[in-house]
Amino acid sequence: MRVLDRKLYRDLGRLWAQALAIALVMACGVATLILSVGAYRSLEDTRSAFYDRYRFGTVFASATRAPNHLRSRIENISGVASAELRIVKPVLIDVIGMREPASGIVVSIPEFRDPSVNRLYLRQGRLPEAGRENEVAVVETFADAHEFRPGDTFEAIMNGRKRPLKIVGTVLSPEYIYAIGPGDMVPDPRRYGVFFMSQKALGGLFDMEGAFNDVSLATVRDAELRAIIDDLDALLKPYGGTGAHDREDQISHAFLDSELNQLQAMSSIIPPIFLLVAAFLVNMIMSRLIALEREQVGLLKALGYGNLTIGGHYAKLVVAIALVGLVIGSTAGLWLGRGLTRLYAEFFSFPFLIFRQSIDLYILAGSVTVAAALAGAVKAIWSTVALPPAVAMSPPAPTTYRSFFFGRLQRLGILSQLSVMAVRHLIRWPVRSFLTTLGTSLSVALLITSLFAYDSIDFMIDTIFFQADRQDATLSFSQDLSPNALFAVAALPGVIKAEPFRRTAVKLRNGHRELRMAILGVPENANLSRILDLDLNPMQAPQAGMVISERVAEKLDLRPGDFVEVELMERNNRIVEVEVGRLAQGPVGRPDTGGPATPGAIAVSGLAQSYVGLTAYMRSEALDRLLRDGRQVSGARIQVDSARLPALYSEIKRTPAIASIALQGVSRTRFRETIEQNITTSTTVYITLAIIITFGVIYNSARIQLSERARELASLRVFGFTRAEVSSVLMIELSIIVLLAQPLGWLLGYGLSWMVVQGFANDLFRIPLVVSAQTFAYSSLVVVAAALVSALIVRRRVDRLDLIRVLKTRE
Amino acid sequence: MDNAVFRTRDLTKIYRTGEVEVRALNGVDSELYEGEMTVLLGPSGSGKSTYLNIVGGLDRPTSGTVHFKDRELTAYSERKLTLYRRDHVGFVFQFYNLIPSLTAWENVALVTEVARDPMTPDEALALVDLGDRMTHFPAQLSGGEQQRVAIARAIAKQPEVLLCDEPTGALDSKTGILVLEALAKINDELGTTTAIITHNAAIQEIAHRVISFIDGKISQVQVNETRIKPAEVVW
Repeated sequence: MRVLDRKLYRDLGRLWAQALAIALVMACGVATLILSVGAYRSLEDTRSAFYDRYRFGTVFASATRAPNHLRSRIENISGVASAELRIVKPVLIDVIGMREPASGIVVSIPEFRDPSVNRLYLRQGRLPEAGRENEVAVVETFADAHEFRPGDTFEAIMNGRKRPLKIVGTVLSPEYIYAIGPGDMVPDPRRYGVFFMSQKALGGLFDMEGAFNDVSLATVRDAELRAIIDDLDALLKPYGGTGAHDREDQISHAFLDSELNQLQAMSSIIPPIFLLVAAFLVNMIMSRLIALEREQVGLLKALGYGNLTIGGHYAKLVVAIALVGLVIGSTAGLWLGRGLTRLYAEFFSFPFLIFRQSIDLYILAGSVTVAAALAGAVKAIWSTVALPPAVAMSPPAPTTYRSFFFGRLQRLGILSQLSVMAVRHLIRWPVRSFLTTLGTSLSVALLITSLFAYDSIDFMIDTIFFQADRQDATLSFSQDLSPNALFAVAALPGVIKAEPFRRTAVKLRNGHRELRMAILGVPENANLSRILDLDLNPMQAPQAGMVISERVAEKLDLRPGDFVEVELMERNNRIVEVEVGRLAQGPVGRPDTGGPATPGAIAVSGLAQSYVGLTAYMRSEALDRLLRDGRQVSGARIQVDSARLPALYSEIKRTPAIASIALQGVSRTRFRETIEQNITTSTTVYITLAIIITFGVIYNSARIQLSERARELASLRVFGFTRAEVSSVLMIELSIIVLLAQPLGWLLGYGLSWMVVQGFANDLFRIPLVVSAQTFAYSSLVVVAAALVSALIVRRRVDRLDLIRVLKTRE
Repeated sequence: MDNAVFRTRDLTKIYRTGEVEVRALNGVDSELYEGEMTVLLGPSGSGKSTYLNIVGGLDRPTSGTVHFKDRELTAYSERKLTLYRRDHVGFVFQFYNLIPSLTAWENVALVTEVARDPMTPDEALALVDLGDRMTHFPAQLSGGEQQRVAIARAIAKQPEVLLCDEPTGALDSKTGILVLEALAKINDELGTTTAIITHNAAIQEIAHRVISFIDGKISQVQVNETRIKPAEVVW
């Protein structure tokens, strides 16, 4: 079929602009899939390689002070491969030139050997030498944030005493990939660091010689973690063990997991949407493009070519276009994916990067794209080859138009003859008009889906920082203190108002469902930090019972009125099992006396907190009763006179009882920065792709419309209509379609955004579904602009219509 | 006579376009004879194109039969009709119907590649005196030249019948004569049974036989005792 192939080649040349536009639409779908799934898989692989090579532990536990001779008993637990006993202590950091206090944890490393669990990757310098009390290795993120290099020094308050520390090396640890300070929502490496010192030196500094307070275990493959955790708990219980846990509850891992899950959600929701939308659009365009070939199909049949041969010929055309799209899409996807992976890897500070090539993605993207394109073409080819050649070769019979009520409008002078032409054409082909409208609206929808994240995050930040947690700072004490501590806090310089809170680590259980989290005890009429109900109205913690966030309720399958089992993890070395319903004399979350009554729902969950983490609230008095150790406070939320912040900071730096201070302002800025950094990159990519798709679709629709009606339009020119008038027929049609597509696009965009939000939700973050008017407007604007540009291109073609030739050929 | 290539009996074709019903052929009985050049004459809408399309296997009648030699075309499946067109029939249309993206030579090759015993595209183009225009695209050829490419394409497969629907309809008299000369030459030299549709009565004198159509029926069949050369046609 050499000549047919030449025809194919030349047809591609003739249709190059449209073919390229179609190929680009396909490329966008393919690229989205390859870039985001590729980035996710690469990061996932990088993480597990980092975990493997640096022996990240699988079971973790801490205690108050346990003797080192437990080592052999811990190592003898069935399934344990090795155990690393360590000293892990909080420190306050004082860096010259930094006003606000910083904090961190110091972790011991063994002498004369690598840790058997949680090894360090040395980026610069060396590790601290045995027994050197002034040598420290710091995590790279902290060093970078302060522009520290080996040889630099800073001061730390350890065990109540200030000491100068010299940085000898910078390291990365699989255990602290995501180092997050207390009270922060995202890592702030400037204000929170992880430090590594010799075990011997730390033992001396913290009076922990011959003892440890933290243990990480490496376990054999297929080890029964549940049993190991129980055994370890039993061993540590006499020494203040707070309950061992697996990776799932290890903070860095959990956060990293959440980030990767979000990435995965993004890669499992947005790319399919893009791919399917692109496929649909290609399908639509292809079927119309092939329909235009009707006469050539008829001729080939007249010459004796069989249906299969003709079908194969056009299939080749379609596949050729699809292949171009596939190649462009794969290349762009690969390139963008690597960029994205690098960006994330930098954010997570992985020591190395593994790029995974996923053949399956190419196959998947390729087959979806080609199949969609072919399906579109087959429809058109089939309807053409099914006609007798004599009929196919002549133009389609004049269609029966209907007059509807336009005639009257026309007589009244409301609609011109040309507008009537445009409108009748739209109505005559309702399915085609609908599909074109749908295609255009999907472009609007894609843009909304790419853009709405900004709105949601703005809303989330407003809710968290201005509706719920309105304090300026949160102070956490080193240990629970008597309520008198609140007076000391109120007396700190610049403190205008202070609200105490109590926090206790628990396991909440309902049947076989279990969550490790904390219960927060809050005072009556708390006004700085407020609990918000599902409608974001402030509410009170009930006098008895518990308020849980929607996410907790969902994970534990709890409804207001249900009872939940609470296992207290960390008070006075005792672990008690309490059934909160009985003890608190109230069902979970029932908004009883004191709380605003919102009957019939989990009206009691704090939705504000529900965006971040897992939360449960109780009235402080109720929590005190539960814990049976009298009134205690774990910290305080404070409102501060910002003019006196420096005085407050320096006072806090000198107060060992205050373990950390979380600053809402800094936290908010940092949160916004981090999220935006993460979202902006991918969003920019998605928006760009959405714009390309939009343009490709509208341009093609307009071009095809022109081809379908070239004769008609040329005749109009012959009758003496001006170029502008003739173009207006097409423009009116196009603008009606684009206008109708807007509301439909908003609806679809909102639906797709809802799907994205559902896919994003995890224990650490939930995004509210908020789509602002600006997002709707912006999306529509982009589509309208693309339509305008396409219209102008087509307009130029209308201007250049060769009247004689168009009229001379065929009738 | 028993050398009829085509024989139709009670051939009827009814078109429905939208709400209008058109009886394009209304019980046509006819014969086309081997080696003859037949002109089908008649005003527009008289059914001659429909007749040609049906005997050429491009369309099916609503009722009636068509025999090609001893085979019944009207009983053919879609697939057999395709093979019939490929192996036996050459078409020439009023508007040439060349593929714009293929050169003159390639437009002819389009047919020779699927034909059973074709001449080469060069030979076919030489027959219509276009040996020097082979690499031109349709857009670079005049109307007459395009029509001669279409004729070359039709005869390249050495068909038994050549069916031409208004081959000179879009041409001026001078180029029209060139096209008719090409057709006559092929009929003379190759002995290809040829049917030419026209509404130009002047052309009828070059034919062996003239069939006139009116209102979907054959009104008259006339055999020319003497034929004139295409160059002598007074337009």
